[in-house]
This record gives sequence, structure tokens and C-alpha cells, in this order.
Amino acid sequence: MGRYVAGRIAQAVLVVIAAWTVAYLIVYALPGDPISIMLAGSGGDSGYIDPGAANKLRRELGLDRPFPVGYMDALWGLLRGDLGISVSSGMPVAARLTAALPPTLALGALAVTIAVVGGAVIAFAASAARAGWVREALLALPPLAGSAPTFWVGLLLVQFFSFRLGLLPAFGDRGWQSLVLPALTLAVPAAAALAQVLVTSLHKAQGESFVHTARATGASRMRTLVRHAGRAAAAAPLTVLGQVVGGIVAGAVVVETVFSRRGIGRLTADAVANQDLPVVLGVVVLAAAAFVIVNLLVDLVLPFVDPRIGRARVRGAGR
Amino acid sequence: MSAVLRIRDLHVSYHGTRSRVQAVRGIDLEVGGGETVALVGESGSGKSTTAQAVIRLLPPAATVTAGSVYIDGTDILRLREPAMRRLRGGTVGFVPQDPGTALNPLERIGWQVSQVLQLHGIAHGRRARQRAVELLAEVALPDPERVAVSLPAALSGGMRQRVLIAMALAAQPRLVIADEPTSALDVTVQRHVLDILQSRVREHGAAMLLVTHDLGVAADRADRIVVMSHGTVVEQGSARTLLRQPRHPYTRELIASAPSLTAHVAASAPFPVEGVEPHRAPSGSRATLLHTRGLTKDFRARTARGDMATVRALDGVSIDIPEGTTLGIVGESGSGKTTLARTIARLEQADSGTIHFDGRDIGHLQGEPQRQLRRNLQVVYQNPYSSLQPRFTVERIVTEPLRHFRVGDRRTRRHRAAALLEQVALAPSLLTRRPGELSGGQRQRVAIARALALSPRLLILDEPVSALDVTVQARILNLLTALQREHGLTFLFISHDLAVIRQIAHQVVVMRHGAVVEVGPAEQLLRHPRHPYTRQLLDAVPGGAFVFPPSPAHAIEGVLT
Amino acid sequence: MTDLLVTGEPSAGRLHAPPPGVRPKVQWRRLVGSPSFLLSVAVLVMVVVWAVVPEAITAGDPLFGDSADRLLPPGADHPFGTDQLGRDVFARFVYGTRTSLYATLVAVGVAAGGGALLGVIAGFAGGVADAVISRVIEVLQAIPGLLLSLTLIAVLGFGTGKIGLAVGISGIPAFARVMRAEVLRIRGSLYVEAARTVGARPSAVLAEHVLPSALGPVVALGILELASAVLAVSALSFLGFGAPPPAPEWGSMVAEGRDYLATAWWLTILPGVAIAAVVVSANRLARGLRPHEASQ
Repeated sequence: MGRYVAGRIAQAVLVVIAAWTVAYLIVYALPGDPISIMLAGSGGDSGYIDPGAANKLRRELGLDRPFPVGYMDALWGLLRGDLGISVSSGMPVAARLTAALPPTLALGALAVTIAVVGGAVIAFAASAARAGWVREALLALPPLAGSAPTFWVGLLLVQFFSFRLGLLPAFGDRGWQSLVLPALTLAVPAAAALAQVLVTSLHKAQGESFVHTARATGASRMRTLVRHAGRAAAAAPLTVLGQVVGGIVAGAVVVETVFSRRGIGRLTADAVANQDLPVVLGVVVLAAAAFVIVNLLVDLVLPFVDPRIGRARVRGAGR
Repeated sequence: MSAVLRIRDLHVSYHGTRSRVQAVRGIDLEVGGGETVALVGESGSGKSTTAQAVIRLLPPAATVTAGSVYIDGTDILRLREPAMRRLRGGTVGFVPQDPGTALNPLERIGWQVSQVLQLHGIAHGRRARQRAVELLAEVALPDPERVAVSLPAALSGGMRQRVLIAMALAAQPRLVIADEPTSALDVTVQRHVLDILQSRVREHGAAMLLVTHDLGVAADRADRIVVMSHGTVVEQGSARTLLRQPRHPYTRELIASAPSLTAHVAASAPFPVEGVEPHRAPSGSRATLLHTRGLTKDFRARTARGDMATVRALDGVSIDIPEGTTLGIVGESGSGKTTLARTIARLEQADSGTIHFDGRDIGHLQGEPQRQLRRNLQVVYQNPYSSLQPRFTVERIVTEPLRHFRVGDRRTRRHRAAALLEQVALAPSLLTRRPGELSGGQRQRVAIARALALSPRLLILDEPVSALDVTVQARILNLLTALQREHGLTFLFISHDLAVIRQIAHQVVVMRHGAVVEVGPAEQLLRHPRHPYTRQLLDAVPGGAFVFPPSPAHAIEGVLT
Repeated sequence: MTDLLVTGEPSAGRLHAPPPGVRPKVQWRRLVGSPSFLLSVAVLVMVVVWAVVPEAITAGDPLFGDSADRLLPPGADHPFGTDQLGRDVFARFVYGTRTSLYATLVAVGVAAGGGALLGVIAGFAGGVADAVISRVIEVLQAIPGLLLSLTLIAVLGFGTGKIGLAVGISGIPAFARVMRAEVLRIRGSLYVEAARTVGARPSAVLAEHVLPSALGPVVALGILELASAVLAVSALSFLGFGAPPPAPEWGSMVAEGRDYLATAWWLTILPGVAIAAVVVSANRLARGLRPHEASQ
């Protein structure tokens, strides 16, 4: 088992490096001079770029050397935790990311929790409902919720809960109250996605013969839904959890902007606006890392939820 | 003895989006205490729907529109759901059909069995677990403690079906409903499982309603037989009487088509047989069209426990097929018969050994030469639903071989398509239909027509009738026999069903675990098998007690032993 | 999957029902009778009309306004009210449809075209090509779509077309995956094996079986992609990476109205409702064209 985990961790690291490589290629290998882009973005006068500053930056980023060499240098830096220097602020990228991480982490954690619970409740309620109209109504919720632009949902919530009802703050990052609306906004599309996957999965599970067998031995509908179909259906939403979390990371860019919160999201929005490419690259690494970590955790939990899936992978991978 | 189960004038219909289909149209049925009644019919007869209606677990689209179902005198159709739950698994045990899917793959066997005990208040906790192990032992499962902690994937099909039987009997029911309990199993396993089911039910003194499409099974196991067709009961009576003197034409057709019962009935027919005509062996010696020598193939596959294992699918197989005859390959699952067919059809590559077709070594052909081989070597698949491209019209399907080999032009191909349909006894109006609009039997005829388009010399048929109803089976087999006579075709016919093989094969090869176990002329091998495995296969054929009597002297009377 | 293609144990089972491998057909009659479907089609048609002939829909001016009319709530003259410069918000939205739709179509075109091509190559050619393409897709999926778009924007610069391109490129992996899965499914089906048996060359299999059957899912996915592209494009526009002011664009309109959220709610809420309506309609359309298990 230990060998399996070690193997999966190594694989995860490779994926992060590969994702960083893809972003590196996009940033530094596409036609166009990244140097001028960055300098033009960070407050330089439009059109004029100081050659001295340009050369300095070029040297710093390793772009004055042949591309593969520059890449290897950057890769070596990545492995050591050195993500370069932010062009617009002059601070190390890694430091900026670390500083911005905690508030986003809190936001994300709360959002994921709300999404999982909310999505599960809706999915089970829709599957358990006997009356056709109740089921239809519940089933209509996730697609509707997932169709609403995140920025709009946030503003809607602010409009209602902050301005109309005065219950929660409209912006800022002070206190736990300021977390509620942003987390809710972030959770909506994630809950919608999870609910939809779970509904489909439950529907499929309920149609399986073994559920019929359970009913034939005297189990009630609710019992088979929760205990039999529920467990069989649990694997599907787990496998998309990585993508859902990725979506939350990206959504944070919009949400932190809407609610004027500090964090990785705001950092990203500013970096893109200033065309501060090293920071953008750093955020990509972070997002990819979040994705692989979540998937890794899911992979470790999955065999316990669904022995069919987990078994072969765990046993087979060890050989 | 009062009836445990009494069905009166039951009507069940299915509600589609636009239509309503009456699946059960007023049937009357009784099962007395301790009695076993077989409910027999083909697909669409309504037999399974009836069984589901008795425990009120019909699919959402189906409803009981009229009638009553009395279990021990209570009309269960009027019961409220909680009372119905007590009945299910309690007074009425249900043995479901497919052991591959009927058990929860995520939970251990012991847990699943003890659930039944807990639901009906018979035992809880540790006592339930112990009782579960006892129940598993009662259905003759070896090492029941280990089985109790295993997942279904670790058990074979036969073992899983026995678990399902144990679950159905756990609460000592008065009535057991078995819905095709052995259809998905190999014939030797089938026999064993039915033995266990029958003995356990008898021990409990319970009544049993055995739903099956296999008249042979009904003949072996039932006291009375009820024949259903298109939602109504066509005939019912004691097993012996019904099989010997069927009155309704449909019953006669069913008996005539049942492969396990037919051949002998045909030999001693006191009434005209509408079923399969017994074939006559071709006279004279013939040249060998295809032969294989020492064909070997290994597969690497994942076992249920997750490790990789090497499976020897073919173990030095050597066969000869004389031209113009049918070689039948018979075996159970895992015997290698399908792998053999696919290897000869060049859909798989053998690891070693040779295949010679018409003197030419075809074992290593690739690319274009292999494609050219197809002009003489065609395949008919088992599944008529998935072997035809659903988007093509019948005409396009049937002329596809002609198109790929650039035979003729559009006009001549269209003529040929009509001619091919005629050969397989299909109306030319079907040329413009799509497979989705055809029945299983019609689709298989289209598949045969497609295979004949290039006038091949050898036709490889992999279980071509296994997916079809028994009456349709008979017609397709007749068609194949006729085509062989007309066109001098050579058939390599794969089947797990000995009775089917008997009707169509001139020579038979019995396979087991990838190796040839016995070879010989059909009649001789099936009457006087030499290898013990062949004998075991023959004994396991349901209805065998009725049909394959111990000595030819009893043949005419068809005595029930 | 079918019995013959099992690599381990061939089954001896009987089949009494059609296997689930066959795709259910689109039920046109049922769709035409469904009010939600018809409404969705109507909404999307309307959007196209707005993009093509905005002047036929509204007499308002999207670029200039009378400052005397600033921040008027929705009313008869101004269905969506007016903004801080007195411009008719509804007119801005209608005229903004053209830019937003343009970006969205670019996105769908790039995603569908690039993704379908990669998917077919990976699924049909197999081998090294499949391995490489699949690995690249896997890696790309580790980066959230919006973030990938943002990275591209950071490099390419701002503007409507660039937003469309960025969203499109980040949509390629999803398309490629679906296309590849479809191609593999069809390639592995029994009727394709039967076609090979009757003499079809690989090119014939591709042209006659794979491509026609894969077309349906691509179209359905394309419409879904349309929905998510609208969301992504408007999000990027909201963040300020789209066309510069005063050009009207759906997302940036909402961003502009943010400062007046407390007093003039219609500046943000109404355009958002309209965007959501378009997305819901596209989703409904896609669902109708892709007969599914649970929610139909």
C-alpha cells in the first residue's frame, strides 16, 4: 500500500510539473515578446519600454539564454520553490502566493463543504421524491443554478442580504460573517455540478438488479436508496471532485473581485490586468497542485467506498 | 390442500410515452402447498411480469389494471406498502434471474444475507451473522465462512445463484418465486443449482412458482406446467400430460421447437412436427475445406481479486471441417470455443499452430490478403442487436460486402439485395427498414444474408441462435440447413447448447478449458459419448430425463425416468 | 459491451433484451411538444436576431445618453432602466449581443474544431498518437478552464476576439475527451467488427461508421460548450479583459453597474438575468438533443 501511495504522489508531482510546463510554453513560447508584454502591463508608458529594464528582466527570467536552458533553469527553480519575481511588485512570487493563500483557503474550504452537502441533499431529495412535480422541481434546480454567472450570483446575494436585509457584509474580509456570502456564491455552481452527477449516478444505481433484489427481500424504497443505491452512486461524484475544486479555485478570481477580498483570486485578477506573467504562472502551479492533491485523496478513499474500482488499482499498481 | 398462491384474472399493462401495452391479459393460476408449478413462455409472453406482479415489484411503467393475487387467502394487491414489505422476503421468497448483477457488488455476501434476517426480525447482530453462514452452508457452498466475508466478484455464477437462493429461503417462506434462476448459467452448473433449489424448497415444504423459457427445465422440475403466450395462459396441466399430449397448437409448437425435446419427439412423432427437421448426414467423403493444427492462444486477464493471470484459451486445438458439412463446437463458458471461432475467422491471432483454408496457410495473413480472404470466409455473430449498424437500411447492410469488394454497380447490387432477402425468407419490403424496426429473428436473417452476399465457402456462426426465442431458433436452424443444402456451404457452428448442436451438426467437437475433449459424428457422439465430460454435458441438458433415455429401447415412448 | 469482444471469459448467457450499447434516438416529436424546449429555441433565435439587427429591436442608443436621464429605474421608456451616463441599459445589452455572441462563437468554433480533430486522431489512430494526446489532455484538465483562459489573456492581451480565442483553447480538452471516447466506443462496437469482416478498410470504417455516429454527440456538446462559453466570456469581460469602454459587452456592463449596486440594482441584476436566460436556454437545447437517463 505504501508503494502505491508513493507512486501516486510521484505521479501527482509529475502532473503539476507538466501543467506548469504547458503554462510556461504558453507564456514564453507563444509569438510575441513576453518582456514587452510584462513591462507594458506593469505601469510602463504605452509604447516606450526602457531597454535597460527590459534587459534586466530578460536576464532575471533566464530568457536571454537558449529556450531549453531557460526552461530547465526555471524548472529547477520550481522544484526548489522559487517561482521567480513578480514584475509589478518586485517581490518573490512564492512569497506573494503564500501570503495570499490563507484567506482563499478558508473561502474554498467553506465553499466545498457547502457544495458537497447542498448537492447531496438536493440529489437525494430528488431521487427520494414520490410526487412527480416535486422531483421535477428539484431536478430543475441544478441546471438553473449552474447557468447563472458567478459574478451575478454574488452581486444578487449582496443586493439581497447586505443591502436589503442588512444581515451580512457586502465586502471585505473581516470576521467570519464576511466569508458567508462569498462562499455561498462559490458553492452554487459546484453544488449544481455535484448534484447533477449524483442524480444521474443514483438513477443508474436504482435501476440496478441488486436494488431490485434488496426490495424483493423486504427492504423499503428509502432504505435501498440510501444504503444500497447511495453507496453504489457515491463513486461518481467523488471522481469529479478534483474538477469541481478546480472550478472553485478559478471561481475565486471572480468572487474575490466581486466581494473585494484579498486572496489568490484577487492576486490573479490583478496579475492578469498587469500582465505580470510570473505571478500568473505561479497561480497555475497552485491550481494544478490543488487539483492533483484532491484527486490523490479521492483515489485513496475510493477503494473503501466502492471496492470494485479501488481493488484492481491498489492491487495491480503494486506489481 | 388449499392454494398458497392464487391468481385471478390478472391484467397488467405497460405505459409507454405514447402507447399502452397489455403485458398480462387476464390469467388464472394456482400453486398449491408444496407444489412446483412452472410458468413457461417465450419473451413477451408476460411470465416475468406475472412473477413481478405477485410481489408487487413491477417496473415504474407497469401497473396492475385488474384482477387479484391471493397469497394464503389475502389479496395482496390491496395491501399497504409496510404489510407488503413484510411479505417480500418473508412469506414470499424471490430468486432473481441474473447472478451477475442481482447481488450488491459492494457489500459482502454475509452482510447481504443477514440483511434479510434483520429486516424480518429473525436475528440481529452476531446471531444474524452466524445464521447467515448456516444458510450458506445449506445451499452447499464450500467454506461458507469464507464466502460470507467475500464480495460477489470472488464467486462464480453458480455460487452466486446459490447465495440468492439462500437469501430467498432465509425467512422460511411459504412460497418461492424463481424467475429464470438458471438462464445465465452453464448447463452443468444449471443442473446443480436447480437440484439445490428443488431440494431446499421441498425440505421447507414451500410452494414454488418457477418461471422459465426452457421447457426442458419445466419438464424436469415441475409438477404442473402453465404455458403463457402474449399475456394469456394458453394451456396448463400436469407436466407429464401436457408434454405427452399437448392440446393447444402453441404448446405443440413450443415442444416441437424445444431443442432438447425435439429430436426424439421427431423420431417417435405421434403428431405432425412443425419444428426442426432432423438433418441427414451427407453421403460420401468430402475434401477438407479448413483444418487447424495445434492452435494455441493465451490471454492475460485480471482475476476477480485484481491480480493478472494467464488464461490458456486454446490448448493445441486441431480440427477438420469437410466441405459442405457442419462442424459443431460445443462447450461451456471458458471452453475456448468462441476464441477458436474468432481465431479461425482471423479476428484474433493465435500464438502458435496453423490454420489451413483450402490448402493455404491463412494463420498469418494481415492487411489486404486478409481482407481478400473474407470473400470466402464470413461470420455470423451471436447478438443480432449489435452486429448490425443501426443507422444503415437493410439494403445497405446486406450490400455492404459487395460495396467493399467493388462487386457490380448500384443497380445489380440492389437486385442482389432483394435476392439475398428472398434466400433468407424475408420480404423485400424490409430493404428500406432499419434494424431497430426488426425483430431479433429478422435481424439475424439479415446478418445471415449479409454473410452470404459474397457467396463464401465457409460460414463461421458463433452462437447464432442463443439470443433468440425457442420457436424463432427452430426456424433459423431450418433456414441454415436449407441454405447449406442449396449452396453447398460449410459451417463452423459454435454453441453451448448441445440440443441445438444435435440438430445441425454432422460432426461435433467437444471443448473444455481450451482443449478438444472428444470428436466424432454427431449422432454417435451424442448417443454414445465416450469421454466423461461429454456424458456430463449430456446429462445436464434439461429435459434430458424425458428425452435421452438410458437405452434406445425406450426411445419411442419417451418415458420419464 | 458485447460477448465476442471480451478478452477473458466468453459468456454463455442468454440475452433476452436489446443491449444498452445502442444510443437512444432524439425524440423530435416529444421535443416539439415540450414548452421549455420551444422557449429555449425562441430565446436563442432572439439572441441571434439581436446580434444581427439590433436596431430593429430597440430604438435606444447604446453609446450616448442624456445625463438628465441618469439612473432611472426600469420603466416604459427604458425596459432595463438607464445607467450613470443616462444610456439606455436595454439598448446597450441588445447591441452588446453582437460582441458577446462573436466571442462565444469563436470560442465554440475553436474548442469544437480543435477538440474534435484531436479526439478523432487519438481515438482512431491509437498507439503513440493516442498516448501523447491523452497525456496532454490529462495535464490540461489539471488547470481550471478559466485560469487557462486568464493565462492566455495575460499573454495575448485584451479584447473580444482574444477572449473568444482564450476560452476556446481552454475548451479543447473537454471536446477532445468526449470525441475520443465516442470514437473508441464505435470502433469497439460489434457492427464495426462485422464491417471489417465483410471487407471494410479502416478508411471506410472511419467514413461510414465512426464519423456519422460521432457527429451527434459533438453537436450536443457544442451547444453545451456554447452555454459555458457564454459564462466564461462574460466572466472575463466582467473582470475587465474584454472590449474597452464605451463598447457595450454583457459582462463589463455588470461590472460598471457594480458601484451603484445599492441604489441602482437594475444595472447589474437585469443584464445578469438575461445572460442566465441565454445559458439556461442553451443547456435545455443541449439536453433535448442528447436523450439522457435521469432528467428527461
